Amino acid sequence: MASLVSHPDEVRVISKRFGQGATDIDRYLQLDGYKAVQKALGMGADALINEVKNSGLRGRGGAGFSTGMKWSFVPKQSAKPKYVLCNGDESEPGTCKDRLIFEHDPHSVIEGAMIAALAVGSHTGYIYIRGEYRYLLVIMQKAIKDAYAKGFLGKNIFGSGYDLDIYWHGGAGAYEVGEESALMESLEGKRGIPRIRPPFPAVVGLWGGPTVINNAETLAAVPHIILGGADWYAKLGTPKNGGTRLFCLAGHLNKPGVYELPMGYNLKKMIYEVGGGIPNGRSLKAVVPGGSSTPVLLPEEIDVAMDFDSVAKAGSMLGSGGVVVLDDTTCIVKFALRTIKFYQHESCGWCIPCREGTDWLKKTLTRFHAGAGLKKDIDNIYYLAENMLGKTFCPLGDAAAMPTMAFVKKFRKEFEDHLDGKPCPFEKAGVVEPVMA
Amino acid sequence: MRFSEEFETRFADMLTHYPTKRSALVPTLLYAQDEIGSLSDEVIQELAQRLELTELEVRNVISYYSMLTTKPRGKYNVQVCTNIACMLRGGEELLDHCKKKLGIGHQGTTQDGLFSLEEVECIGACSWAPAAQVNYDFHENLTNTKMDQILDNYKKKGTQ
Repeated sequence: MASLVSHPDEVRVISKRFGQGATDIDRYLQLDGYKAVQKALGMGADALINEVKNSGLRGRGGAGFSTGMKWSFVPKQSAKPKYVLCNGDESEPGTCKDRLIFEHDPHSVIEGAMIAALAVGSHTGYIYIRGEYRYLLVIMQKAIKDAYAKGFLGKNIFGSGYDLDIYWHGGAGAYEVGEESALMESLEGKRGIPRIRPPFPAVVGLWGGPTVINNAETLAAVPHIILGGADWYAKLGTPKNGGTRLFCLAGHLNKPGVYELPMGYNLKKMIYEVGGGIPNGRSLKAVVPGGSSTPVLLPEEIDVAMDFDSVAKAGSMLGSGGVVVLDDTTCIVKFALRTIKFYQHESCGWCIPCREGTDWLKKTLTRFHAGAGLKKDIDNIYYLAENMLGKTFCPLGDAAAMPTMAFVKKFRKEFEDHLDGKPCPFEKAGVVEPVMA
Repeated sequence: MRFSEEFETRFADMLTHYPTKRSALVPTLLYAQDEIGSLSDEVIQELAQRLELTELEVRNVISYYSMLTTKPRGKYNVQVCTNIACMLRGGEELLDHCKKKLGIGHQGTTQDGLFSLEEVECIGACSWAPAAQVNYDFHENLTNTKMDQILDNYKKKGTQ
């Protein structure tokens, strides 16, 4: 059970029911649960899509695509069944927010998936939870069972004449499966190999039927939008970036934790005030603003509003909300190596640029960090990464390339310090110490 | 091949969730592994038959997912995360400590079959790093001392 934190600047929408016992369906009902879906039943599909569009809700998995827009791509008429798929395969390093939603408020995800189903005219939804989160799968299984027992799911929900089934599904360990087309492959009982697009899942998805795929946090926000209204939600954030989001503060911070802050909250404030600053009197070296795949930001670049557009303007991505803070004792080469080791491990091997690129990057960075780096390696690392970018079926190749390129570009000097048989300058000085030791 | 009643009920239920039998494969493999200890030839044969797949198709899926294994692990599988957020807060040192304490390396198993050790990728405990999972249980904000206590407790539990 992950511990909860709080800060006065938090705006609690998604985390409103955290610690309130809302896994119990009766408690969830007391806390306005399943009111939004009943309201949604009376609104009609077009009104629902418009409401979510106007709320400025954008995908919380990382891509930041407009949720209402995504829903609108699903064809009204379809010969094949339509599906809603909740992506709870949270595995982007730095990200641990969906875990809290499933742990404390599983019904909000079910309710959000129900509303998504109504909006696109689907009668079947799946909630996919990663294999490592077994205790959360157990919580979700019970939540779904309880919702059926109350008659909220199944035939003729809330006496509306609408039939709607929501099922759970569990993974078995694979980052790649968090990518939407690989997620569908996994749900169909296959290896999580991405599909080529177009056609997009909204047109051809699960078992060939139109499919809407949303992150768990995105779906958890939907009931609040339907109840509170699009205007209210939009105004919580910045223009075109509605609402709040769960930021996972991690790394070298005094008060790491998952905090719900308005979209557009200043990153510097997030680190120094919400996160309590850098421990042990050390100073900030860099920040990974949105999960391991997002380009690193330098201390002089962190006076930025944490919304999708502002972070993009600053040369990175808001991503999945995983803010990883690095102090001045961190070796960037080692950090880059650990990042690439992950992507090499998780690459499914389907596209050659990603399979070969991540492997060569890992090999080069390993040798480099060990002190056997050559000057030409620095450009080669950049070149390898650059040649993966945009050349793969799914974004895993980009996810490996983007941070690597930023590390080389922004910390070239540190790469050069590793050259000529010199071992890592940080380890030699013995300053790489774990914070918790 | 016999699974528990709970497994069978869940399995029968799952088959009603999807338009194809195959869709139940990934979660079913993990549940089967939890009961049997590993995905043995017998388990693979059984599940392939039930889901109307070839054994090769099942093996093909098994090899993709990092939690699935055809070789038995220890009773308690200690999975230490060393990914970026954990690394910054001592995940690698914690892994080294576990290696020494258990006397095994990555993917090794102790002779008594009680523990196995794995260096794993991000387990979603970044804000509570460094973290580890023992089987499905999360242990967070770890130190070497805390880890020692945790392992000792499992040892006690496992040898009772």
